[in-house]
Amino acid sequence: MEQFSPVKRSKDGQPVRYLVVDDSVFARKNLARMIETFGGQLAGEAGDGMTAITEYERTHPDIVLMDITMPQMEGIEAAEKIVRQHPEARIVMVSSVGYQENIVAALQRGARHFVQKPVKPEVLYEVIKYVLGEDGTVAAGAGA
Amino acid sequence: MKMELIQPFINAADAVLAQGLQSPTSIGNLSMDEEAYRRKGVAALISVTGDIEGRIIFDLDPATAVRVASRFAASELPESDDLVRETVCELANQVTGNAITALNDQGFHFRVHPPVLHTSEHGSKSSEDTEALVICFETASGNVFMNIALRYNRRRQGELAAAAKH
Repeated sequence: MEQFSPVKRSKDGQPVRYLVVDDSVFARKNLARMIETFGGQLAGEAGDGMTAITEYERTHPDIVLMDITMPQMEGIEAAEKIVRQHPEARIVMVSSVGYQENIVAALQRGARHFVQKPVKPEVLYEVIKYVLGEDGTVAAGAGA
Repeated sequence: MKMELIQPFINAADAVLAQGLQSPTSIGNLSMDEEAYRRKGVAALISVTGDIEGRIIFDLDPATAVRVASRFAASELPESDDLVRETVCELANQVTGNAITALNDQGFHFRVHPPVLHTSEHGSKSSEDTEALVICFETASGNVFMNIALRYNRRRQGELAAAAKH
């Protein structure tokens, strides 16, 4: 897999910590591999929206990558509940269902961005840099 | 079943398979399935509800499923690995999601349900309004079968027609 210049946290130079939420183990593993190539660290995983909320409280990640269609509680509802409690939460929706209504609903309820599956690493990398803004910094190192 | 419903699924499957397998695909056989669905190997089913209702099944023989999953996961997986079945489910999820996105842009509204493994050997027989179309995608890793049975939601169509009259 392609290597990217590591994205670190500006405040302490530590790896960006991610919570990956998807009911598919395959999708979670795939995203975890990408996170590794971005120089990030997997803070936690969840397979549904309910678990995502408890995992967020436990891990306080820098970024949440959240699927939409999941059992028990869907991603948009989980994102809304997390952002209500933690307005600073950076949630990126990652879903194969990328029509406009879905994207608008996610953004209106607190998500910061949307990436459509199948995820292209270079697209996710740019979105993560954008969502982190000044709180993220691209470290010198492995080039893209 | 109209091609306007099917074409987005074909386009999405082609794109998702080509990206995941890192090689081009081609459409092999395309046929109507008049008999009850008979599972070939590892199969994932996704239901859709809304303006159009029905289900989409992705079905791969066991050896192909292992090869496809290994390509998607970028590592060799054993046949017994749960990740093989997970990958077929996620493949179905991504193709259906992308197709639904395209159909939504044409004005159809859906709800996509999470994929489930189709474990029984047979499915229900297709009927006049839920005839199934089977499309075979030929890939370097083997054949991937997409079995689609969709129909327009008549109640929803009636509502739309009534709204158009007023």
